[in-house]
Amino acid sequence: MMNYIWAGMILFSCICALLTGRLPELSDAVLSGAASAVQLVIVLLGMMCVWTGLMKIADAGGLTKLLSRMFYPVMRLLFPKYPKDSAAMKAICMNITANLLGLGNAATPLGIAAMKEMSRVNKRPTEADNNMVMFVVINTASIQLVPTFMGTLRAQYGSAQPFDIVPAVWLASIVSLGLGILAAKLLERRENRLG
Amino acid sequence: MADIGSVVVPATIFFILVFGFLRKVPVFDVFVSGAKEGAISCFEILPSLVGLILAVNMLSASGALDLVASFLRPAALALGLPPEVMPLALMRPVSGSGSNALLLQLFRDYGPDSFVGRVASVMNGSTETTFYAIAVYFGAVGIKKTRHTIPAALTADLVGYIASVWAVRILFL
Repeated sequence: MMNYIWAGMILFSCICALLTGRLPELSDAVLSGAASAVQLVIVLLGMMCVWTGLMKIADAGGLTKLLSRMFYPVMRLLFPKYPKDSAAMKAICMNITANLLGLGNAATPLGIAAMKEMSRVNKRPTEADNNMVMFVVINTASIQLVPTFMGTLRAQYGSAQPFDIVPAVWLASIVSLGLGILAAKLLERRENRLG
Repeated sequence: MADIGSVVVPATIFFILVFGFLRKVPVFDVFVSGAKEGAISCFEILPSLVGLILAVNMLSASGALDLVASFLRPAALALGLPPEVMPLALMRPVSGSGSNALLLQLFRDYGPDSFVGRVASVMNGSTETTFYAIAVYFGAVGIKKTRHTIPAALTADLVGYIASVWAVRILFL
């Protein structure tokens, strides 16, 4: 599916640029796109080192075990494949914690670590299993408790009460996350029947 | 409350380190071995990131978003979305920096406390860069068949947009 979406985005851009006469901008975007991906990876490289390093300390001290026990009652419903205290379950809980705290820079490295643990026990290495799909779907939804970045942006643009949107953000996030999880569950059942 | 952002990171690091010390973890040695693993997986996601960011940059440079947004205007009105936020809704799943730029433009044009400004804030705050997460996470472990990930994730995004408008209507009007 990613193949079609990726090709679709690029081919559609070429056609639109031709129609709107923005071909020069499009050629620039090819160069800058490649460069900004490398820049992003360099920024990410530092954060990856910091947070996977800290995660390892948290793991060695038993903090991740503590966290995963705390989240286990909910997590076992979403990720039935991974037993309590398994490496995958601990990594998933670290990623969820980072997301809740709004540590965006930490959530990605911890999420990649969780994907590696999940992939280790995946029978078909190039195909996502139901638990991996669920994990990625949850990570594509926002579960941040305090949207600090949004508040800061609103304050900069002269909002009288930058954080008055927080209850609305919670409401929208919960509805969106709930439906995302439901959609994943329903689709996995349909796929199981087909496959 | 705006200071919370600057407290969370140091507080988390402080907490992890103190916890490690109390459990007698050789903290620096363990940190270095973990950081090494992080560095390796970072290079593994580079190719999928180059691919994704290339497509996103081409899409925003081509003017495709405005074209699609005007095309989808009737659908937006039917769902109750203000048409002004349509480009943001289309950009949000593909690019974080792109959607932030569009959000700030809406803040400049309408003000953050207007209806449009509030809906845009809630939309941006209650969703994530879906395709970035999919590309990074599946790219990191070499997954090619993503199965039902994209339909489920886009359902969550669409529902999030509609819920954002409702939430702002219910809580502010």
